[in-house]
Amino acid sequence: MQLTNRAKKTDKSELSLFERSYLPSLATGLGITIRHFFMKKPTIQYPEQKRYLGPVFRGHHILKRDEEGRERCTACGLCAVACPAEAISMVAQERKKGEEHLYREEKYAAVYEINMLRCIFCGLCEEACPKQAVYLRHDKFVPVFTEREDVIFGKDKLVEDPNNRYRRDAWTKEDAMKLWKND
Amino acid sequence: MKSVQYKYRPEYLTISEPNKYKAENLQSEEMILNLGPQHPSTHGVLRLEVVTDGEIVVDVIPHLGYLHRCFEKHAQSLPFNQTIPYVDRMDYLGAMNSEHAWVMGIEKMLGIDKEIPKRVEYIRVLVAELNRIASHFIAIGTYALDIGAYTPFLWLFRDREHIMRLLEWTTGARMLYNYIWVGGLFYDLPVGFEERCQSLIEYLKPKLVELQQLVIENHIFINRTANVAVLPLPVAINYGCTGPVLRGSGLRWDLRKVDGYSVYPEIDFDIPIGKGEAGKVGDCWDRNNVRVLECFESIRIIEQCLEKLNKEHKRTKEFDPQAVVPKKIRPPKMDFYTRAESTKGELGFFFRTDGRSDVPVRVKARACSFNNLSVLPEIARGGMIADLIAAIGSIDIVMGEVDR
Repeated sequence: MQLTNRAKKTDKSELSLFERSYLPSLATGLGITIRHFFMKKPTIQYPEQKRYLGPVFRGHHILKRDEEGRERCTACGLCAVACPAEAISMVAQERKKGEEHLYREEKYAAVYEINMLRCIFCGLCEEACPKQAVYLRHDKFVPVFTEREDVIFGKDKLVEDPNNRYRRDAWTKEDAMKLWKND
Repeated sequence: MKSVQYKYRPEYLTISEPNKYKAENLQSEEMILNLGPQHPSTHGVLRLEVVTDGEIVVDVIPHLGYLHRCFEKHAQSLPFNQTIPYVDRMDYLGAMNSEHAWVMGIEKMLGIDKEIPKRVEYIRVLVAELNRIASHFIAIGTYALDIGAYTPFLWLFRDREHIMRLLEWTTGARMLYNYIWVGGLFYDLPVGFEERCQSLIEYLKPKLVELQQLVIENHIFINRTANVAVLPLPVAINYGCTGPVLRGSGLRWDLRKVDGYSVYPEIDFDIPIGKGEAGKVGDCWDRNNVRVLECFESIRIIEQCLEKLNKEHKRTKEFDPQAVVPKKIRPPKMDFYTRAESTKGELGFFFRTDGRSDVPVRVKARACSFNNLSVLPEIARGGMIADLIAAIGSIDIVMGEVDR
């Protein structure tokens, strides 16, 4: 049946001797294949080559430190309440004398655990945090784990490394709006 | 050693099971064949119990529940805004449309649906239509793969990847976005989205024409799908089919027009229906043709949304996408049903709230894939087994939504 007028009429006449050798059609077909070698590839070589995932991508969690290297988290538990998957758990502790260079407020999280099998990367913890402590990194995925013990990420994996700070273009909504205005 | 010759003796069977196996009732032709749950062409973990008579399908019994994740129970134990990530996981190919339906229902219950800024509404429609194209691409691509064409599958996944990257850049996740919030959005569109989306449209338009030439007008495809698994319109209505399955049978029923929710009344678009150009009305070809034509309509909607977002509802510094997000979501005591046109049909949510707590007392999801799947025995009966595979693919089920 005729659906549109886009269909091409094919030539069904007798082939000549040269055409019957199938060399020209072979060359045409190989030409198409060779042309594709020089075209832009839609795939990337993943582990060596990484894409920029966007300014708000939700990846690996991070517990931020402030400018002086002190932990921001005060173990208020709002992220654990906001978490739909109940992945976050924490134990709060009071700051002792002489620990002011480690923790910003009087209370801090002695244990802060995220179960990465439960986490659904919705970003609601980041939104709930009043101290701008927990963030989802835009430049790093959660690594693959093979053991069941590796699944629960403690503070050793979550707290920011002071020598290798995590940077982002905009930390808050107000920052983002300033950024957009400058553009 | 003498080999034992086994012989069929009907009297043995009648002695062991006298009520079940009467010798005169035994049929040697019929065979029960289990298709799935790990069969690739069942689009997930769907098990089909197929009663076959040679190559003819006598009956099909779908067995569900392999992907049951207690969505309704989750929704009854979580506040409304925390359920949005779980709504994403129902229909994971068209997550933005599911979110839109859920959020609209809660906004109507709270009575804030008139206060939502127009820019937010246009962004919601824009991302939902982008996701609809992506979902239809999967539907057509895997369908072509089911019936033996490999190229459309790869080409459509390549094109879908552009949409996925655009949405990833905008929302922060590839498939499960959590982008549409009650009363607003997670983020505003990033700077430069309009230009990137415009270039995506320019890229997609020729690709859609190419898709029509490659799949829909392909002679082999037409021979394989025309007059196969014909779904007459009365049967489709009786089984509660919606979406491209119903429209493929020739009824102009689209909730975007019928209900006119969000800003769809302000947007000009058509509803494509199956006309039976290749065979009878309501065959597999019609359903797929409707999906491709819907992609064209979605592009029209996206273009109009972009024009509005560029002119009337421009990005301003003062615009806050979370301006009307309620601090506490506590609807009054009521029963409420909301529905929206998801990628696969009518997605509805029923809420019963008691007005005293933040969690609903009862939530029921009316999943479009579930109702569309229920019509499968009707359309597959009497056909060949190979046509059964074509029938499953053409109704475009997502098992995450069927089992919830």
